[in-house]
Amino acid sequence: MSQFKITKAKLVATILALFVSFSLPTFASEGLTPEKQEKEEVDMKKLIFGHISDAYDWHITTIDGHHISIPLLCIVKGQNGWDLFCSSKLGHEGHYTEYNGYRIAEEGEPNAGKIIEVSTGERPLDISITKNVLSLLMSCALLLIIFLSIANKYKKNNRTRPTGIQALLEPLIISLHDDIIKPSIGKNYKKFSSYLLTAFFFIFLNNLLGIIPIFPGGANLTGNIAITLVLAVITFLLTNIFGTKEYWKEIFWPEVPAWLKVPIPIMPFIELIGIFTKPFALCIRLFANMFAGHVMVLVLIGLIFVFSSTLGTIVGGAVSVFSVLLVVFMSLLECLVCFIQAYVFTMLSAIFIGLAQVEPHHSK
Amino acid sequence: MDLLTPDFGLLFWMVLSFSILALILGKFGWPVIVSMIEERGNYIEESLKKADEANAALANIKAEGEKLLAETKNERLEMLKEASEQKNRMIAEAQAQANIEAAKIIERGNESVQLEKDNAVKEIRSQVAELSVKIAEKIIRGELKDAKAQDDMITKLLDEINIAKS
Repeated sequence: MSQFKITKAKLVATILALFVSFSLPTFASEGLTPEKQEKEEVDMKKLIFGHISDAYDWHITTIDGHHISIPLLCIVKGQNGWDLFCSSKLGHEGHYTEYNGYRIAEEGEPNAGKIIEVSTGERPLDISITKNVLSLLMSCALLLIIFLSIANKYKKNNRTRPTGIQALLEPLIISLHDDIIKPSIGKNYKKFSSYLLTAFFFIFLNNLLGIIPIFPGGANLTGNIAITLVLAVITFLLTNIFGTKEYWKEIFWPEVPAWLKVPIPIMPFIELIGIFTKPFALCIRLFANMFAGHVMVLVLIGLIFVFSSTLGTIVGGAVSVFSVLLVVFMSLLECLVCFIQAYVFTMLSAIFIGLAQVEPHHSK
Repeated sequence: MDLLTPDFGLLFWMVLSFSILALILGKFGWPVIVSMIEERGNYIEESLKKADEANAALANIKAEGEKLLAETKNERLEMLKEASEQKNRMIAEAQAQANIEAAKIIERGNESVQLEKDNAVKEIRSQVAELSVKIAEKIIRGELKDAKAQDDMITKLLDEINIAKS
């Protein structure tokens, strides 16, 4: 009974501390002069897009104008060949510096926020290890470590009950493999199961890492169109490269009344478009869902600053209570969305691949 | 819009790292995990089946044992019964035999007693006869001292024989 009281007291204290800490910036800004306050006017668009788009360094926080961030590696190939340097050489947002003929484009310029060549203003070939790339590499390494160690555990002793992370992931792997991949694709499932399982866990892990607000999480990787595009293209290629003859026949000569096929091939045209819309939908769905989730959370947090800068500290403090509660709720919802989106992507990929594995039906 | 134009650098790294990830996991990860899980599932299923079979066999053995036990009990009872019967029979037989033997011995004893008696009677008779003859001789000698008396005697005897003859 007494233990329960203590935990309850702890909980209340934690919540209070959270609210106070969230309200602190508002108290801090109160002491500023009017001109400075005007400068501090919250630019929500910049704030949100700064958080969800890619960057050359991994920004953690800014205290009194000092940027605290992890500098990353820039790899570019411009007119003078390959160049490799640390991103801190290019300065920080607001005061970019030139380095070796490269600089980061300012807001308003074309290619804003990207490395450009000082002389021409053109983009060099840029394969820098950006925030998203680093996150991508870390998540790939994490996936390799997790699943190779699990595989090793199975190989070493297959007679004991699963323990630890093996026990956590086994039901997931089994249900994906047996309930989605196998029934959706049919007898040729073995060729595709590796890709689908990899895609699921890749998306799921990166979705979850995206929710964590601070390094090593926080990169909006699955909410980036490049990532979802690559995944969708792989599904597209697997679907069409391994498609059966029957699949192509159903596209170019579907079983519909003849006037729909000749002289104007309406149905084949629609089917052909369908080939591309399916993976396109995959790409956009994942991107938009994760993107929107991040924006929602950022907007709710941003509300605190907007209210406190326009209506004063007291209103901002009151808003922070609701904002934090809503953010907690949204984050929990996002956890669910993380799983659902990974699941949906895998399931739809499996279904699309399975649809291309049709066998000619012999029935009349 | 900036958001919808994929960045080349990220595309490049994504293609590279994701294909490496998928290849490595596709070779050393998923097939191992899936096949091992399947194998373990089969093993568990088989083990359960075997355990069931063993249980059934055990139940069979138990039943058989009980049956055997019951049979043995019956047999023992029967054997005991038989043994007691045999005992009774043997006793009865022995008694009968003993009775016969006893009768025989008694008979033989009786016989020998009779024989002894007969012999004794015979001896007594012969002795009596001898004695009587001697006595008669003495008496006759005494009476037949003179010739006349002898003659009378002879005649009388002859008469007697004759009378007996006629």
